[in-house]
Amino acid sequence: MATVTLKLFALLGARLPPGSVANATSVAVGEGATVATLIAGFGLPDKDCHLVLVNGAFIPVDSRAATPVAEGDVVSIWPPIGGG
Amino acid sequence: MGWTGKFLRVDLSAGTVKVEDLNRDWARQYLGQRGLATKYYVAEVDPKVDPLSPANKMIFTTGPLTGTAASTGGRYSVVTKGPLTNCIACSNSGGFFGNELKNAGWDMVIVEGKSPKPVYLSIENETVEIRDASDYWGKSVWETEHGLKALHQDPLLRVASIGAAGERGVLYAGIINDLHRAAGRSGVGAVMGSKNLKAVTVRGTRGVRVKDPERFIAATIAQKQVLADNAVTGQGLPKYGTQVLMNVINEMGAMPTRNFSAVEFEGAHKISGEAMHEPRATDGKANLVTNGACFGCTIACGRISRMDPGHFSIASRPQYRDASGGVEYEAAWAMGSDCGVDDLEACTFANFMCNEHGFDPISFGSTLAAAMELYEMGALTKEQTGGVELKFGSAEALVKMAELVGKGEGFGLELGQGSRRFCAKYGHPELSMTVKGQEFPAYDPRGIQGMGLTYATSNRGACHLRSYTVASEVLGIPFKTDPLVTDGKAALVKAFQDATAAFDASGLCIFTTFAWGLENLAPQLDAACEGEWTPEHLLEVGERIWTIERQFNLAAGMTAQDDTLPKRLLKDAAKTGPAKGLTSGLDKMLPEYYQLRGWTPDGVPTAETLKRLELA
Ligand code: SF4
Repeated sequence: MATVTLKLFALLGARLPPGSVANATSVAVGEGATVATLIAGFGLPDKDCHLVLVNGAFIPVDSRAATPVAEGDVVSIWPPIGGG
Repeated sequence: MGWTGKFLRVDLSAGTVKVEDLNRDWARQYLGQRGLATKYYVAEVDPKVDPLSPANKMIFTTGPLTGTAASTGGRYSVVTKGPLTNCIACSNSGGFFGNELKNAGWDMVIVEGKSPKPVYLSIENETVEIRDASDYWGKSVWETEHGLKALHQDPLLRVASIGAAGERGVLYAGIINDLHRAAGRSGVGAVMGSKNLKAVTVRGTRGVRVKDPERFIAATIAQKQVLADNAVTGQGLPKYGTQVLMNVINEMGAMPTRNFSAVEFEGAHKISGEAMHEPRATDGKANLVTNGACFGCTIACGRISRMDPGHFSIASRPQYRDASGGVEYEAAWAMGSDCGVDDLEACTFANFMCNEHGFDPISFGSTLAAAMELYEMGALTKEQTGGVELKFGSAEALVKMAELVGKGEGFGLELGQGSRRFCAKYGHPELSMTVKGQEFPAYDPRGIQGMGLTYATSNRGACHLRSYTVASEVLGIPFKTDPLVTDGKAALVKAFQDATAAFDASGLCIFTTFAWGLENLAPQLDAACEGEWTPEHLLEVGERIWTIERQFNLAAGMTAQDDTLPKRLLKDAAKTGPAKGLTSGLDKMLPEYYQLRGWTPDGVPTAETLKRLELA
């Protein structure tokens, strides 16, 4: 088992456990966990996971299943957003 | 149609007002607002003009879709030569002023000369008068706006005014309309102050005519549906505003922190869009009260905030307890992360000051950040700051300096000269994070490479709103590109610059472009305006606008040497995050950019390019 930090921002923040601070929660993941299994395991709809960063680096949709997550990783996810 | 076909020429020196017909050929070539007003400006004003002299002119300008039923059709711009940059300045604002000006029957107001005493311009449809404003000189924007509404006995009067910052020569003073909407950048408020013009008031009831009303309404309804269906313009912006970016940019390690000495800010989440929704520990209420919309806008990204009444900045000042304009991302970054301040309430108060007294939060925050760095290295002393400890992270210093700059008092006037002049005065020009004299916005070009080229080539000095490649490099709109590479960025920047110029000429808000491209804008313009308006024509108009802005700057004395970034970004690599080890790759992008633009290696448009754009 490894522990990763999952950060859910903007409208996805509502899916965090109550009492989460700074939009973050710890998630225990098993052997062979990937970004895709983390998203599925947390019950996040794919269409809402528009921008996914692992330790700040962008992970394209088609790489999520092939991107492992390991102890200490920070996975940050946003729905479609804009700004300026 | 779309255009009213008429504009005002106001000579403040002579005290005269004239009505003139719009040049229709220029309207076809430059569309309106940023484009058409820039064409008039460059045709009439010597590029070498001192921006704060009576010989400079300023143009309040609308676009053909301003005041129509198109979503976000409330925009106006102010075009002039900027005192901060000595370049062309064009500052765009929302709210309700632009719509009102257009409905009064005017596409533009060209203001010339300098009044011998403080005045305001009163426009009520065809009745236009230059009136005495002595009673309002020295008053804040908020006092002026309330006072003029009371004087005219008209709560629906729309007012664009300056505060003491503009009167006293703060070089990044802005013009504020509707209490907290700003033509904020490049010092257009200082130009207004130099003319002794305190305010422009407008009441317009004439309506705006379009070419084919039935087709126009159908087009605007269809395009509003596109905005509503899009997750960004339909959900993200209304709920979080631009402030949703605070966590994004920080998480990806592109958050300029403490005057760009770091790329991640540990306090970012405390001043983020999400934090604005969270109940405060002190009073259990959230900073954000509601969102707000400009005229005709179906996105409504505006932030309306109410401060913690117990916060030190307002505990003894109940007049700041009402809800008012809250921080947008750029403001929260400049006065927050860039100064190392993680106090959302202090940033909100400083933002109130920017609106109350009329100055640009980006340039202010960025200049303060440079001053804090100078202070911490000992190049600036407590005696020189008027007794204030200008340390990174000090919310007290932020609050105090925001008031001093706004009122144009003491050390605030020094900070009001902007970061380039300020850092030069204190012996460290290299600490000024500016391009062409204008302060950077909230994206580190080491972590978002396209923004380095965007800043370096922006015609109004460092700016994110001239080509917002963050949309592509971070948010994946219209397609995702890698923020850490330079390949392809020259073409991306050029495409964004040209399309943005076309949107800025239309009368609509650039934030529609999270859902729309030129193919969404064109059918609305085509139904509203004479002539044929296709996406291809609009792109050509955008490129033409960009080119005449460039030509003006070159004639004003700028050269390719000015298309650069501070050494810190070119030589000092990012120390953390995904961009660790990277500097800005400007040298890899700039030659290709010149080539794509049809410019010489010295950044000058070739004769062939000018001919292609009907400029020679
Ligand atoms: S999107 Fe925001 S800034 Fe643009 S017009 Fe609407 S409310 Fe104003």
